[in-house]
Order: sequence, then C-alpha cells, then structure tokens
Amino acid sequence: MSEKNTKILRRDFLKAASRLIPGGLLFIMAPGTQALLAAVEGKEYDPSEHNYAMGVDIHKCIGCGRCADACKKENDVPREPTFFRTWVERYAIPSEGEARVDSPNGGIDGFPEVKDDRDIMRSFFVPKLCNHCTNAPCVQVCPVGATFTSPDGVVLVDREYCVGCRYCIQACPYGARYLHPEEHVADKCTFCYHRIREGLLPACVEVCPTKARVFGEVGQRSSPMHRFLRLNDVTVLKSWLNTKPKVYYAGADGEVR
Amino acid sequence: MNSILFSFGVMAAEAHGITGYIYPNEFELHWGLLVVLYPYLTGLVAGAFILASLERVFNVKVIMPVYRLSLLTALAFMLVAPLPLLAHLGHPERSFEMFLTPHSQSAMAMFGFVYAWYLMVVLLLEVWFDYRKDIVIKSREKRGIKKYFYKILTLGSTSLSEKALQFDNKAGRLITIIGIPSAFLLHGYVGFIFGSVKANPWWSSVLMPIVFLFSAIVSGIALVLLIYIVTSLVRWKQLNMACVNKLAEFLLYAMLVDFSLELLDFIQRLYESEESIAILSEMVSNRLFISLIITQIILGSLVPMFSIIMARFGRLPDELRRILYFLAAILVQVGIFSTRWNVVVGGQLFSKSLRGLTVYKLEIFGLEGVFMTIFLLLLPFVILYILTKVLPPWSDSDKSMSAPQG
Repeated sequence: MSEKNTKILRRDFLKAASRLIPGGLLFIMAPGTQALLAAVEGKEYDPSEHNYAMGVDIHKCIGCGRCADACKKENDVPREPTFFRTWVERYAIPSEGEARVDSPNGGIDGFPEVKDDRDIMRSFFVPKLCNHCTNAPCVQVCPVGATFTSPDGVVLVDREYCVGCRYCIQACPYGARYLHPEEHVADKCTFCYHRIREGLLPACVEVCPTKARVFGEVGQRSSPMHRFLRLNDVTVLKSWLNTKPKVYYAGADGEVR
Repeated sequence: MNSILFSFGVMAAEAHGITGYIYPNEFELHWGLLVVLYPYLTGLVAGAFILASLERVFNVKVIMPVYRLSLLTALAFMLVAPLPLLAHLGHPERSFEMFLTPHSQSAMAMFGFVYAWYLMVVLLLEVWFDYRKDIVIKSREKRGIKKYFYKILTLGSTSLSEKALQFDNKAGRLITIIGIPSAFLLHGYVGFIFGSVKANPWWSSVLMPIVFLFSAIVSGIALVLLIYIVTSLVRWKQLNMACVNKLAEFLLYAMLVDFSLELLDFIQRLYESEESIAILSEMVSNRLFISLIITQIILGSLVPMFSIIMARFGRLPDELRRILYFLAAILVQVGIFSTRWNVVVGGQLFSKSLRGLTVYKLEIFGLEGVFMTIFLLLLPFVILYILTKVLPPWSDSDKSMSAPQG
C-alpha cells in the first residue's frame, strides 16, 4: 500500500471516528440505555439494580407548563385544576414584604402578567412533584401498606389495595398527593414508572424544552443525575422535616417551600 | 398576609373562599365532618368508661347511680365509633385489610387492634361480668323468646353461688383496672394520629394525645351527667343530688386540667413563634374565630366552668343547680365538638405552603354530609335505649334487678 493511500485511509478513519465516537458516547451515556440494552437482550427489569432521583434547575425553568400538561396526558390525571402529579409555581419576590406565589392551573396554560403594585425584584418558576422521599411520611402512615417504596427508590401506590383513608395525603408535607375522584384511591407522581422501567424518561423530563428537569440514577457516574448533583449547589424542600427527598433543586430560593 | 393577594387566579380563588396561595392538590379538604365525629365519639367512650372506673376502682361510692349507665353509654358509643371512619373511606369494602395486612409502622393500622381490644376485652367483658347475676335471674324468670335470649347471654354460666358472684366482682374489678390504661390508650392513640403528623404544624404536638385524653374525660362525664338528668326526668325518678354534685365536681376538675393544657399549648406556640405562626394566627382570627374563640373557649369552657363553680359551691336551691349543671353539660358537649372540629378541620384550612387559607364546604346530603352526621350522633342513643331495656342500669327501680355490686 502506498503512503498516500495510507494517509487517505487514516484521514477517513479519523473522520469516521469523529462522527461515531460522540454518537457512541451519547448512546452509552444516555439515560436508561442500559435498561434499553437489557430489554434488547431480553433481560427482565430488576428494580434492585436502580436508584432513581430527579433534579430541577430553577434557573432553566421558563414556566411553560409543558411538564404538567404532559404528565396529565401520560398518566390520565384528571384535567380539573385541582389534581396534579406535577405543577409549576411562580414566585415573585418584592423588594419588601411577602413573596407572591401562584400556579394557575398548575402552569399548564402559562402564567399571566404579574399585576402587583409593589416593586418585584425578581421572579422564578419552581416545578413541584412528589419528592419520593427516602423517609417518606406517606409510606409510614399508610395503614395497609398500599403506599410503598419500591427497591429502585420510587414511592408508589397500589391502587388495588388503597382503602382511601387519605392519611397519606395529610402526612405529605409537599401537597403532592390527591384522592383520585373516580378511583377513590390516593394518587401521585410515579416518576412515570411504566416508562422508566422500559428505559424511557419520565414524561415531564422528556418534554421539558430547556432541560430544567434531569432524571437518572444516583451514584452512577455516567448518569446525568450524577452530573447534576456534582455541578450544582442543590437543596431539597423542607429539609428540616427529615423526609430525605430525592428530588433535588438547583438554584432554589429560601422562599420556596 | 392579605397583601400577598394579587391579580390572576385570585378572582377565581376568592370565589371559592381561598386566600393567598395553596398547593393545587389542597383545594379539596380530605377529612371532613365524619372525621370530626370519630374522635368526638371515641372521646365520649373513653370518658364514660373512666367515669365508671372511678366508682369501681377508686371506690367513689357516691356516683354509684351512674356506674352502670356510664358503662352502657360507653358501649353504645363504642359500637358507633368506627362507623364514621368506615363511611369516610374511599373503599370501605377494603377496610378489613387493616386487620389482615396491617402496616406495623402506621398509627392508623393500630386502630383495629386498639378498638377490638377495647370493645371485646374491656367493655363487653366488663358489662357481662357486671350483669351476669341479673342475666341469670332473668333467664330464670322470663318466658318465651326472652328466656332463651337471656339464656344465650349467660354463655352457659348460670351459677349464682356466693363464690361465683364473688368471682364476677373480682373479674369486673380486674378488667376495670386493665380498662383504665386501655381507655387512655384508645383516646390517647386518636390524639397521636393527629399529633404525629409532622407535616402539619397545627397538629404536630406532643401534647395532642394528652389534650385529647382530658377533653375525652370532660366530654364523657358531661354526657353521662346529661343522660342521667334526662333519664331521671323521663322515668319520673328523684335525681340523686349527691351523685350529680360529685359528677359536676369531677367535670370541673377535668375541665380545669383540660383548659390549662390547651392554654399551655397555645402559649407555647405563640412564644416559640415558628415559621407557621403567621398563617395559623390568620386562620384562628379569620376561619376559626367562631368555632375556637366563641364556642370552644368561651361557650364551651369558660361559661360552663363558671356555672358549675356557681352551682356547686354557691348557695343555690337544688332546682337551679340541676338546671345550671344541665346547661353546663350541654355547653361542654358543644365545646368539645368544636374542639374536635378545630383540630380536624382547622388542620386543613391552611396550606402546607404556609401561604394561604382555604375553606371547608359542608355537605348537607351524602355519605359525609350533615344528615349522616346527625344520624350517627343519634344512633348511639338508640343503641343505649335498647341496651337499657335489655340490661337495665337503674339502681332505684325494677326490683327484679339487683343493685350493682360495688
């Protein structure tokens, strides 16, 4: 083989590699890839191999409410504005006085202009959802064990088992639960469990146009969740209640509760 | 806080009576009138039983005329106590799961066991041992179906020997001794259900079980006092004034303890002035003003305490005393019902975001409505009426019945 040919080949190889490697890396790093690979290989989903969490970057949220809308569509959440698995709150912080918070229809229809006589210094949006607490008070109080923490760290409700006593709704400090008006059982965010066990992202993360929501495994270096926790100053909601939430907020103001 | 109300959503929210911001899922109040009724009823059970135990264990002979009456009252209310809970469940048909697969960490899961223990081991056994002699006598004297009915009630134990009666007495005493901590457990536990919810600053208090307990004793004594006065009137019998005076005295002491504890809780909250204090103060002055300040504190506590002090220690004719006791006992019932209301409903009127208040809309009809509540409030009296027909508690009439054993 002549030297020219070798050079061309090397160039071709580098070109091809430059295209392939980022793609390949992306493929490997993509959340749920392993689960996808496992599915391809015909391997059963094993919840004990996972530990999920969600990250929310307040600075990136633009309050479009697509997450809340997607959640309702994906999970058949009643459309009324009083039932949400996830919703978006808007905080307006005035130079003096109490913060003003609203969440018209959970933010699904967007937010109207703030009409306030006071001088609003800054404003931001906070997506809310079940915090999938490690020390979940809702799990503790459920009299029949219908609410439980699955091995992959997701707090779930067994609809066939829930007696509808609503003690869990009282025990949740975050207002993340409601009583399903037709099923008469407690209902809440499942991290789209039907999706994540197939290697997909929760619907709210999937549709977020600014990547304000991040989802993935905790303690796995390749996971975007790991990166989120590494690169941000994170906080959790109502940390003093020792519920140990698994939804982490980056850039959350002290007013957020 | 009103200043945080602005533009959008506020118009719609205000139409529903919502002020400030509440989490969207908090729009619906989850524990309504029926859950108010549940601690009210169990409180009456525990209170009436503790009153009965005063005679049995602590030998307060003067309240003998109401001993059996308070036992039957406790039983009648105990039978109704779980009904409001059952009616309030989203899936009442699954309620049995609480017995079959209870979740050991859940305070509520223990309800079934505490209830079963109290009903089966304490109340029914105590009533049975106390009435066994009468039941045996009736099974001998009555004719027809009644005879067999009482025969079944004897459970085959028909001996009336001195030894057997002594055993009844001993067993009854022992059960009462077990019963006192059980009554404390029953209602203290109901208080714990609320007091242990850390998410709710209105509920979360270590004093909650103790306050529940003393308010239970207050309501139980007041109820037996009421029933005793009314039944004596209806039966054209002379009231035992010494007994009524003693009941009123106990009622007053219990109220003093109860009121002091609640005052302590109130002062502690104000003094600690935690994050929640602003919204709780707003709730008390806006939403709970009538039910807390007016009916619970003034009409339900101060006025009856004052009138009992007047009636008991003032120089008044017995007629007037009776009327004052009667009115005081009624006010106490209103007050204790308000207490339950303020705990249960009050704990849900403010948002856990601590930024807003919501309202409770009372249902009139339906499973959780006013009519259902009235029905469940009247039902124990119907049961009590039947119980007094089957097992007459009166010591002043019906010669076929023996006077209750001391």
